[in-house]
Amino acid sequence: MSTEPASLELQEVRGPSALGGGSRRFFDLLWLISLNEFRKTFFGTALGYVWSLVRPLMLFAVLYVVFTKIIKFGGVEHYPVLLLFNVVLFSYFQEATGGAVGSVLAQEGIVRKTQFPRLVIPLSPGLVALFTLGLNMVAVLVFILASGIEPMWTWLFFPLLLVPLLILTAALSMLLSALNVRFRDVGIIWVVVAQALFYGSPVLYPIDTPGIPEALRNVLLVNPLTPILEQGRHWIIDPNAPSAVAAAGGWLHMLPAIGIFLAVCAAGVWVFRREAPKIAELL
Amino acid sequence: MLAAGRTGTPSAGPMLDYLPTMAAEVEQVDPARADGALGDSPVVIEARDIEKSFRIAGHRVDSLKERLTAFSSQDHKDLHALRGVSFEIRRGEFFGIVGRNGSGKSTLLKILASIYAADRGTVRMAGRLAPFIELGVGFNLELTARENVELNGVMMGLHRREARSRLDAVLEFAELGEFVDMKLKNYSSGMLVRLAFAVMIQSDAEILLIDEVLAVGDAAFQQKCADVFHEIRDSGRTVVLVTHDMAAVEHYCHRAMLLHDGVIAASGDPDEVARRYLRLNFEGASSGGDGDDWGDAPELRLVDARLLGPGGEAVNNLEKGTPLRLESSFVAGRDIVRPSFGFVIVNADGVEIGGIGKDLEDGGPEILRAGERVTISGVVGNQLAPGRYYVKCWVYRDHNYGDIVLHAPHLIDFVVFGGAEPGVVRLDSEVTVRVGEGP
Repeated sequence: MSTEPASLELQEVRGPSALGGGSRRFFDLLWLISLNEFRKTFFGTALGYVWSLVRPLMLFAVLYVVFTKIIKFGGVEHYPVLLLFNVVLFSYFQEATGGAVGSVLAQEGIVRKTQFPRLVIPLSPGLVALFTLGLNMVAVLVFILASGIEPMWTWLFFPLLLVPLLILTAALSMLLSALNVRFRDVGIIWVVVAQALFYGSPVLYPIDTPGIPEALRNVLLVNPLTPILEQGRHWIIDPNAPSAVAAAGGWLHMLPAIGIFLAVCAAGVWVFRREAPKIAELL
Repeated sequence: MLAAGRTGTPSAGPMLDYLPTMAAEVEQVDPARADGALGDSPVVIEARDIEKSFRIAGHRVDSLKERLTAFSSQDHKDLHALRGVSFEIRRGEFFGIVGRNGSGKSTLLKILASIYAADRGTVRMAGRLAPFIELGVGFNLELTARENVELNGVMMGLHRREARSRLDAVLEFAELGEFVDMKLKNYSSGMLVRLAFAVMIQSDAEILLIDEVLAVGDAAFQQKCADVFHEIRDSGRTVVLVTHDMAAVEHYCHRAMLLHDGVIAASGDPDEVARRYLRLNFEGASSGGDGDDWGDAPELRLVDARLLGPGGEAVNNLEKGTPLRLESSFVAGRDIVRPSFGFVIVNADGVEIGGIGKDLEDGGPEILRAGERVTISGVVGNQLAPGRYYVKCWVYRDHNYGDIVLHAPHLIDFVVFGGAEPGVVRLDSEVTVRVGEGP
């Protein structure tokens, strides 16, 4: 017998799970798979990185033309950079969740034939999108400085914006990917919902835009993305803009968004934990 | 001489599944051997009363609308893949799990591998387990061998640094050193298999779970796999192999288990389990008593098989050097397009010495019609070393090795007698001797 086993104590095998195999293995795998995926999009196409930058920039350019030249949306300080900043943040959200929805189905071969922490699958598109976000933020920074905004100490709070955004994205990714295994139309529905969210979040317009209809304002108040984007505007672009709390009109009005945020997190964790052991057989 | 057919073990493709279902009989084939050489080794896998069923919808409920509209109807049935399976595997054992398609063997392997969760029962294990059940799973074709080896290592639970440090050993084993930075999508299938195999072998997992691994690769690679399996077997690692390939079971396994309809139908001595499996698979109305392993499929029935002596009489032992005259007859139950018949002579150690084959259309009609009887006779020069032998037989359709019409694992037993000789065959040789003056 040349190999001595680590331990001869029989240990119960608990079957597949979200985090099965230990957290270190989970993080190593998540990192490596995402990195490989990121490299693939970089080096797989002729323009590589340029594409990941060009996509939000083109969207930004179109929106910019529409909202400043055609509709002549005015009255917002530093509107172009705010728009770019919001578009880049929202692109992260959209890419991560959009990639996560079909991720389990796309990785069917691995899921059915290996034992590994299932949670890696929906979270890896999020990490890939985060790499892209990091690079895009460099471009955003250049635009911000070019537009004449002076560096502010509140820029240091940027990670505080990112944390709730990442948590929300991860929770939604877990929820959607698990549901999509059972109901294949979740993926189709999500495309539409994400599109609606784009207009139902303060991406194109801040919440204090004069003349905003009451109904839309109520939608914005329950949308957990609203406080993140509003606070971003306050900290990063325009210190004179209202903070998230002020924009909502007091802490009380923040409660719906916070409630939804917590509900999505709880649902994501609960559903994914429940479904993870069964994912392989449902495929 | 007869046309040379492929004589090796047919690829372990899907076995015939149209055969009548048999009542399952649980049988401990050979309890003495079950606790044989490894009897005092510690138990590393213990399964107790494993049950697993799948809910099979009348049609799959994949979308919300279907789910909503199908609420009331109980349009599904439960498929019991495993019903109370218990066994133990000891450290260092090479353990085979065999069974027909749908017998639950792959489900069982997936439960052991933590890919499925069991409904009831417990599995306990000691030692590191390789998380793959098939070769090459988890390979990303868009990445290079270097990146894939690292990824696989991390999947195994290694640190990234450890995974990278294994690269050289893996590439050396796979003999792919110069292709380390080539993307896998540019690899040939043979290279891919070599890499996959090397990754598995070079892992430091103590327990390997393998599904049908032997079915891959060309002949040279098969040979390498065979060597490796012997190596693993001798290295004290524990292997659970799920396969259709009875030759593999007989070659490698210390112990085997036959699953049938989700219960253990037999377990113990691999030769005996393999025989039970084949009997279960090919049993028909006309098969004989217990010692009789003649294959029998409804499409084609083997009605006669004999070894003929020099005078044309049936024999079961031959003096060394006496030509082997094989004769066997089959009756077709249905039309069979271009059947090929293959016979392989196997010695007592399970080594396939060689074989003969014949395509029906080579001298006969293209199609064997239902009700027709065909007799294949062949003469083989007998270079066999004295010993025990048996003949196995395959019939496959339309030059497709995977499309097996009939498989008779133990067609004829015979003995070649005469003075002892070294080796497995006597080589044709001419030896001369010359004696002269010294230098």
